[in-house]
This record gives sequence, structure tokens and C-alpha cells, in this order.
Amino acid sequence: MTIAHDDMRTETAERQVTTMSMAAALNRALADAIESDQDVVVFGEDVGALGGVFRITDGLTARYGEDRCFDTPLAESGIVGTAVGMAMNGLRPVVEMQFDAFALPAFEQVVSHVAKLGNRTRGGMRMPLVIRIPFGGGIGGVEHHCDSSEAYYAHTPGLTVVSPSTPQDAYSLLRAAIASPDPVIFLEPKKLYWSKGEVDTSITAEIGSARIAREGTDVTLLAYGASVSLALEAAEVAAAEGRSVQVVDVRSLSPFDDATVTAAVKSTGRAVVIAEAPGYASVASEIQARVFERCFEFLEAPVRRVTGFDVPYAPPKLEHWYLPDVDRVLDAIDTLHWDEDV
Amino acid sequence: MQHTDMLPRDTAVQLIDHNGAPVADEQYALPEADVLLRAYRGLVEGRRINDKAGALVRQGRLAVYPSSHGQEACQVGASMVLGDADWLFPTYRDSVAVIARGVEPADALVLLKGDWHSGYDVRAHRVAPQTTPLATQLLHAVGFAQAAKHRGKDTVVLALCGDGATSEGDFHEAMNFAAVFHVPVVFFVQNNEFAISVPLSRQTAAPSLAHKAIGYGMPGQRVDGNDVAAVLAVLGEAVSRARAGGGPSLIEAHTYRMQAHTNADDDTRYRERAEVQEWVARDPLQRLRTHLTATGALDAEAEERFAAGAEEIAAAMRAALNTDADLDPEDLFRFVTETRSSQLEEQWQLLRDEIERSQLETEGHR
Repeated sequence: MTIAHDDMRTETAERQVTTMSMAAALNRALADAIESDQDVVVFGEDVGALGGVFRITDGLTARYGEDRCFDTPLAESGIVGTAVGMAMNGLRPVVEMQFDAFALPAFEQVVSHVAKLGNRTRGGMRMPLVIRIPFGGGIGGVEHHCDSSEAYYAHTPGLTVVSPSTPQDAYSLLRAAIASPDPVIFLEPKKLYWSKGEVDTSITAEIGSARIAREGTDVTLLAYGASVSLALEAAEVAAAEGRSVQVVDVRSLSPFDDATVTAAVKSTGRAVVIAEAPGYASVASEIQARVFERCFEFLEAPVRRVTGFDVPYAPPKLEHWYLPDVDRVLDAIDTLHWDEDV
Repeated sequence: MQHTDMLPRDTAVQLIDHNGAPVADEQYALPEADVLLRAYRGLVEGRRINDKAGALVRQGRLAVYPSSHGQEACQVGASMVLGDADWLFPTYRDSVAVIARGVEPADALVLLKGDWHSGYDVRAHRVAPQTTPLATQLLHAVGFAQAAKHRGKDTVVLALCGDGATSEGDFHEAMNFAAVFHVPVVFFVQNNEFAISVPLSRQTAAPSLAHKAIGYGMPGQRVDGNDVAAVLAVLGEAVSRARAGGGPSLIEAHTYRMQAHTNADDDTRYRERAEVQEWVARDPLQRLRTHLTATGALDAEAEERFAAGAEEIAAAMRAALNTDADLDPEDLFRFVTETRSSQLEEQWQLLRDEIERSQLETEGHR
């Protein structure tokens, strides 16, 4: 698979760098995809006149018409199920689930058809569709609005699961997801929707590749989605304490970039996996297992995980007790058998 | 359309009665004799396919077969009303409809033989893979029709399901999406009175399944599902309306599952033999044969020819299913995704190694 620390810049495309929020980058990716491919259609709940509850589809219906971006009845299985039919008939649907837990009514369509139709038909019917799902917490959302459901999708063969942590990746990964011949679950860390960064629309990202988000030599933090910003924050604090912390943005949960992650962990000999989702049977545990299997002789200490507790997501006033934070990450780093412990 | 026009009739449309006599209808015309003769041939073949498949299960050549014995008029009618460019979205009980669309019986039975999850070229035949999770394919049909409309094509999509599937959420969502987006889909429910063991009375309290249509803002109609003439007329009209931009409709066929759900089911636990016997008298084949013989459209020569054709199909099924396909275990990896991941490549290599070892072992034993 690809090893991509630095993504490819298309030589032919004109370089255009703008500072924008992740939400704006996603909006731009959708607009550019609609413009560049007449088969791309965007639909979901409130994505038309309102522009989506997070405004990711803002202005698309006005600019490109009801044919290209439209509201549907309020029914997630219907949204994904009709997207399957459209993909069967040559379109490239990009659908929005309003919140992570509200994607669950579509679960049967996702698992039984989106993930399996290509295999069932021996490649005769591919499913080039994207299901965008705002995921994760940290925004003070009430119950059902802050879940991290990535493990369900990553566990399902046939699905590609990605999550950006920067506006640049939001743009590039969404374009790559829409261009992919395979179905992509695109998890958008809602906590980072309004975080800003530079976006160069000529940069393309390759699905299946991790990204080194910060160089470091003592320990590797492996994270995705909103946890990447936490990892970077923790790395900054650790640096002040004299530890050089590397941060890898996994960004592709399935397929997984073993090459980049393995090389990174081997280079430092220590690793902590960070994720918001409950840790039991999670993507974090899969990452931990893969690192153990591939890096065992290079490890100075067991690979640790800092994840959400195995409890239902916390109510807004308690979520700071639930979510992994800098202290928990630093505490985990501290347990990694440092020489000074000996 | 007036909303009352969306309501189905109080009784199912019937154009040929149980005794083979034509029934005058002010709305629907009896199809021409040559069409009925073609339908009859389809019924003879469909019945033979159903019974042959049952036999192949007993011989261990098919893992399982959900038979449409007794429902052949629906199966054949569904195929006949479609144009070449139209699409059919079938379920696991619709193998006869799939075969009537031109799919080789052996290919249609790949799923039930256990060689793969679907065995025919979906695009060549314009037949979606037979779907097992109930009602899920109805949404695919709607999306498919939306895409056709989006691209300005006049494709009509015919989506099949059974009475049990009408209780699923996806049935509701499909009806609703189809009506809201006014797409060219015809939903054809084969109400065969049972969802495995559970009777229709436990699925719905509605006056009929076709009555559900008005709730979505589309016309519903009921048809005698054992009268292929009525099925052709009613479905044909719905398909024409859809093609002309008239939107979706819901057709409920009243029919009966003459056999158990599958060979693995025991229907003596939940229904009386007398009830099954009652439906023998309403058999779709017998009634059409009586009708066509009486009108002179069907003679002994044609009967023989049709029977011989059906035997040929049965023989081909037997031959195909008595041969073990040369299955390639690497197919498990080959089609999962178009893009290859290092993760799967690694596991694929493990399987290749195993295959190689087992081949070496086999050679060593020789």
C-alpha cells in the first residue's frame, strides 16, 4: 500500500491555497466534485435550503440545482438504500447522515448491501458511494449526538473508513472518497468542523495512507479524527517536559496503513493509541494489536491505549470526565518504561 | 389523480376465473391469445423449474430452495410486462421470474447451490441480484429509478417482495421515497398468505396490502395472482403509467405458497391441509390451460412442445447442478473491493500458501 507522509500535489492543477475551516473545506470538496463529475449527487436530511445542520452543504442546491443536491424524506435507511440503487445505475451518491447515532437506521443497508454488493456480483456492480457521518463528541451534544461508531464500520469487510483531522485532509480525502470505486464511510470529527487551516485544492490524498502529523523521537501517539488535535496538544506539553513526541494521524481506519504506522513506532519504540470511542473491541484495540504484532522486538514498553470508557457516551455536563484529555495521554506516556524508571 | 382513484378495488381484479372462464372487466382487457399462450408456456416451464429445484434439494445438489410453486403466474407476469431495458429487482423466492428474464437456470441457482452469492450477469439481463434481507431491495429499485430519471432514460423498475416484507421499515421508506420523488417504479407484492409460518393477519390490519398505497400518495391495485391474464393486464398498466411519467404504484397479487417456506420448513405445524387443498383448485396453470383449450388457442401439439421445452430446461438444470463447479478459493478476496489493500493482500497470500500446501499434499498422496 502507499506510504504517504506528504501527499501528492497534482502538477497540472493550479495551486490555490486558502485558509478555511474544515466545514468550508468539506463544502468546497463537495462543490468541486459536483462540478467535475456529472454523476455526483448529494442528498440527505436538511442538506438543501438549510445547507445541513453543520452547513457542510451550504449553497450547493442554490448553485447546482435540486438535481445535484436535495433533501430527502427523514429516513436514513431510505437515504442509503436509494443511494445503493443510484450507484447500481451509474451515479456517485454522496449522502449525509445528520449525526452518528442517526446513521444506525441505515445499518442494515450499509452492512448487507453497501459493503457486499460488489463482492456479491463479482465486481459486476461496484458501489461508488460516500456516506458522510459527523462523529464524536466534545461539542456539548445531548444523547445520540456524540457517538463514535467507527468500529462497527471498520469491522465490516468491503467498507473503506476514513476520518480527516485537518481542513486539508477534509478536502483531499473527501475528493478521494468520492472518486473511489468502493464505498466509503467518511467520518467527520464534528468537534473540528470549525478548526481552521490551509487548504490547497490541488493536493490529492490517497485513501489507505496514514500521515505523520508531528515528528518526534521518543514516543509515537497514534490517533484519528478529533483525537489527533488532542495528541498534538499532548505532544506540545510533553515537549515542554523534555520528551520528543511523534504524532501519526491514522486517518484511514480501513484499510489500515501498517507500513507508515509500523515504521513510526519502530523509530521511537513506544506507542500510545488515542481514540474517543469505548476501548473494548475498538479500532484502538485493533491498532494496538497490529502494532504489537509488527513491532514487538522494537518496543521498549507495552503499547497503551487512551480511549473513552466502556460506558454510554456521557451527558454534556459530564463529557469532560469521559473524553480522553491531555493528562490521560501524558499519564499513559509516563508508564512506558522510561530509563529514569529503572 | 383523485385520491379515491388511488384506492384498490374491494376484490382482486380477475380476467379468467378459477374454472377458466373469461371475466368481463370495464377497466382491464383480456390479453391477446398469443400473449396468453406465451404466458402459458412460461407457466409450464416455471412449474417444472420449481419442481425440479425441489428434487435437486432432496438429492443434495441445492442447499435450499424457496419455491414459488403456485405463484408462477406472478413470476411469469412480472417478467413479461418488462421491456428489454427495464430492470427487475427480485427476492430469493423469485428464481422463476429471474429465469423468465433470460437468466440460465443454473446461473440463477448459484446462490442456492452455494457456489457464490449470485451467479448471473446483472447488467446483461437487467436483473438485480436476488435479495435475501427483506424489503431492502425495494429501496435499491427506487434509487435505480431515480438515477434513470436523473439521466433522462425511460427505464421502468419492477420491484418484487412478499407479504411479510410489507411489515419491514424499508418497505415503508421505499414507498414513501418513490412517491415523493415520483419515480418510475412498480412495487409488486406477492401476497402468498405466509411469511414462513406467520399468516397475513399478523402482518397487517389493513383492508388489503394494496390499500397502503394511498397512504403514500400512489395508486394501489389488487389482482388475482393466480390469473396470469389479470397479472399481465394490471402490472402492464402500472408499468405503462410509470414509463409515461405517471409515477409509482403498488400492486398486490393474491396468491398462495403451495409448499413450505423452503425444504427446511415444516408447514404442517402452522396450516391445515384442507386450506392448501382449497388452493389447488385455483392453480394458475390449470385455469389457463382450460381457458386456452376452450378458445382453441392451445392444442395437443403445443402442449407437447411446451412440456418438452420444460423437460429440456429441467435436464439442463440437472446436468448443471450435478457437476461440481471448479471453485477458486481466491475468489473470496478477488471481488471484495476494487481497490486492493495491503491488509487483504497479506491475508490473500496466506490463503495462497494454504492452497499450495494442500495441492502439494494431494500430489503427495497420489
